[in-house]
This record gives sequence, C-alpha cells and structure tokens, in this order.
Amino acid sequence: MPWFKREKTIGTLEAGAKSVRTEGLWLKCEGCRQIIWKKDLEANHQVCPKCENHSRIDAAARLALLFDGEYEVLDAGLTSSDPLDFVDSKPYRERLASMRSATGLTDALISACGTLEGRPVQICSMEPKFIGGSMGCVVGEKITRAIERSIAQRAPLIIVSASGGARMQEGAISLMQMAKISGALMRLDQAAITYISVLTDQTTGGVTASFAMLGDLNIAEPGALIGFAGPRVIEQTIRQKLPDGFQRSEFLLKHGMLDDVVPRKELKPYIATALRFFCGPV
Amino acid sequence: MEPQPVAAPEAPPNEAWQRVQLARHPKRPHTLDYIQRLFTEFHEIHGDRSYGDDPAIVSGMGFFEDRPVMIVGEQKGRDTKQKLYRNFGMPKPEGYRKAIRVMQVAAKFGRPIVTFLDTPGAYPGIDAEERGQAEAIARNLREMARINTPIVCICIGEGGSGGALALGVGNHVYLLENAIYSVISPESCAAIIYRESARAAEAAAALRLTAEDLLRLGLIDGIIPEPPGGAQEDADAAAACVRESLRWSLDQLGLLSAEEIVAHRYEKFRQMGNFFL
Repeated sequence: MPWFKREKTIGTLEAGAKSVRTEGLWLKCEGCRQIIWKKDLEANHQVCPKCENHSRIDAAARLALLFDGEYEVLDAGLTSSDPLDFVDSKPYRERLASMRSATGLTDALISACGTLEGRPVQICSMEPKFIGGSMGCVVGEKITRAIERSIAQRAPLIIVSASGGARMQEGAISLMQMAKISGALMRLDQAAITYISVLTDQTTGGVTASFAMLGDLNIAEPGALIGFAGPRVIEQTIRQKLPDGFQRSEFLLKHGMLDDVVPRKELKPYIATALRFFCGPV
Repeated sequence: MEPQPVAAPEAPPNEAWQRVQLARHPKRPHTLDYIQRLFTEFHEIHGDRSYGDDPAIVSGMGFFEDRPVMIVGEQKGRDTKQKLYRNFGMPKPEGYRKAIRVMQVAAKFGRPIVTFLDTPGAYPGIDAEERGQAEAIARNLREMARINTPIVCICIGEGGSGGALALGVGNHVYLLENAIYSVISPESCAAIIYRESARAAEAAAALRLTAEDLLRLGLIDGIIPEPPGGAQEDADAAAACVRESLRWSLDQLGLLSAEEIVAHRYEKFRQMGNFFL
C-alpha cells in the first residue's frame, strides 16, 4: 500500500470561484517560445522584448507607426467586381465579403497621405490578413493612383509590402497589375520622386517581383520572409530541404538584394533621415 | 434479364484544359522554330555581362522582311537533353538581365523589339533566389515601360505568370489561338484551392487563361490563328500566321514617335483591370 495518497476532495475547488482570469494576458513568443506579457509586446510595436522577433502587424497599425498623427485615407471605396466569377472552396464574392467584415477594409491595402516627421508623404500599407495581402485590381489601382499623386504633389512615396503575391482569384488581371504599377514607377523614377520600399513578413511572388524591389531604397524588417517563389514551391522543385534562414531578410542582405535591415522601432527615424538626405530639409 | 452496365456519360470536354495541353504540346513550335522561319541573318547575342548566359532565354539581332529587329524569347527544349539544357524554359535572373540588356541596346539605335513568351514560369530554385529572381523580373517590368521603340510580344505557348510577363510589356501583345497566359499554373492553383493538383482541369477553367478569355478581359490585343489541329501540326503555317500579325503591328507602331510609343504602352497597361473596380 502506498504511504501517500492524494486526498481526492482537495482537487474539487469550485470552478471559477477564486481563479484569476489570465487568458489573453500572456502570450508565447513565436521566436523564442518565452512567455511575454501582452502589454509589453504592444508597447514594443508587437516586437518581442526578449528576442526581437517581429510579429506581423496590420495595415492600420503600420500607418499609425509611420505617420505623425492624423492621416487621410484615400481611394477607400474601390472594390473588386469578381471579374472571373471565381469559385474555389467558396465563391470569391463571398470570400471578399467575409474578409471585409473581418478586417473592416474593402481590400488588402490602405492608401493614405499625411506627414512623417513634418514632411508630406504618400504611404501605401498592405494588409496581410486580407486574403494573404494578395494583389488584385484594387491593390493595383490604389498603388498606381498613389504613385500618380506622388508625382503630382512631388511627395515621397512609401510602400509597406506584406503579401503572398498576385491574387489567384482575379487571374491574369492580377498579373497585369505588376506591369501597371511598374510602369507608373518608371514615371516616378523619371520625375525623381523618392520611393522607399519597406518589405515585411511575408513579401513573395508578384509583389516582390514588381514594386517591392523597385524602391530607391529597399529595406526590410528583421527576419521577414522575402522571395520570388515560396519556400514550399522551391522544396518541391529541387527536392531537398532548404537551408536555415533561406529567404529571410538577413539572407537577402548578405546576397546584395536589400539596402538594409531596419528594426521596427527604428523604421520611422530611418525613413525620416533618408527623406532628409534625398529631398532636403522639410 | 440482367440490366447491361451503361457507360457513364462522358464529362463535357474542358475546353480550357485542352488548351493547356495544346500549349504544352511536346511538338509545338518553340521560339527558335519561329525565329528560323520569320527572320533572316539571325545572330544570337549571349550573356548578361555580369553573371552568365541563360539558355532558357534566346536573344539576338535579325531582319524581319528587311527590317532590323531585336528578338528575345523563352526557349524550351525538344528532347530530354535539350530540355535540361534549356532548363525546361524556366529562366533564371541572368536570363531576364540579358533580355533587358539587349532591349536597351535595341532602343538606343531605334530598333523595334519582338519577344516570344513560352515558359512554365521563372525558375524557382535556390540559386535563382540568391541572385535576385524577383528583382530581375521587377526591373524588366519597369525598364520595358521606358523603352521608346515598338515592342511586340507574342505568347506562343505557355505564358507562365511573372516569368512570362517579364518579357511581356509590349505595345501589342498577342496570344496564339491555343496559347495560355495565367497568374499561376493550373496544377499549383488546384493544389491551393482544392488541396490536390490532380484537379488542374477545373482550375484551368476557373482561371480564365485561354486567348479568348484574355481578349475579353482586355488584357491582350489580338489572337493569332493556328493551322487546323494546332501549331504542332504545321510549324510553317503557324509561322506564316505570326508573320501577318507581326508585319501589321510593326507597320502600325512604326507610325508613332518615340514619345508616343512610350505613352501608348503606358496607357494600355494603365487601364488594365479598371473596368472591374
């Protein structure tokens, strides 16, 4: 007979009577697997205070991080009419509607103007939660209009990318947005208006292969997945495991594809300095 | 009497999927087959002058009915050895960099450019990523927009996403009757939406990738007819059809000034997709 026996009655505390609700207050960091206090994470712009792992943030949070305060959202009414009548696990129209109610946005990008350290700028910020931040005709048109406004107002352009690439549900129309935006960037380039491309986790496919790689400066947040083909596609093609850190910001920096890797909290001062360098004092 | 088993009625043939198979037909004429039939005194120009020469893209100078033109095209192989040499028509960054280099030299001397699109897609491999596949394609899109001589693009087989578009920013863009142009391969699309690549035929229909679809969506300028049964049945006849369209385009675009050529191309791509907003 065992010399110790758990008293069964001890375990039957009345549920919820004295317990403190801790759910949602603490989070496990994706990078270091440590427990972090949610408020610490929020105060640090969703960057882990222990390991500097940059969590994804939404388009609105990004704009709040970069603009001085108030900003004006532009072209918010543009929506896609589902040109292909595309149906996968559910109709594209329904998918758009559910994404709209989930994110409060009409498509995967917010275009806005405001000031950054006192300088008027155009900022386009992609929303990774909206069908993977994918680019269809709405994203293409919003960016092109932002570029045209940049040229007309001689205001620098900043595009923050977070996208899986061109949107499959709009077929070749999505593909052609790459050419449309790149053409507009040619005009921006001719007009010598500064364009800073900020690549964040994740930027792949047709977005990387068009405007995200065409900045006067291409900078990325630490640890962001950046590439043309997705890692799974490459693994299937070459049939071997990819090396650690492949297609991460630091890998691209080493291979000469990025101008710098800039942590989130230094992003705004970095851009402000770069704009002062290229455009002169405010 | 026992009822006889009745054969299940055949599913209606999926037109889009048939086109995909024709576009990939092993005997379909490739870029070099057209170059041989359409241009005289063709001399290949090799290399990107910074890393290497990509055999998946062929470029060079030639004469089209006595007119000097620069030719750039994606090249697939015919037999296994050729396929491997041409990397199945999947270009690497040095291929795209070679392409834009020769286009820029053509523009410098006022020569029109003809491109042939025929690729499953840009090569997805470690080396291509390391050397900046995305940057190479992006740069081509921007710099082709700047070229101030006529660009005529002809998709002769598979227009595989960004890998094809990187040579596809033209004043006139044609698809051969049985060619396709798509944002993603039907197999990859099926793998994503149905979780099985075997349902590629359904995905092909959903993607609207046939020449008629693209013309209706306002993404291409014209469809070049093919001989009965498809271009693989008679390469000479297919090339003759391409010749007609190419002559017409070069004549029409030849009337425009350098500034008008750039504006014409810009306006064409500028309105793409706006109808669906």
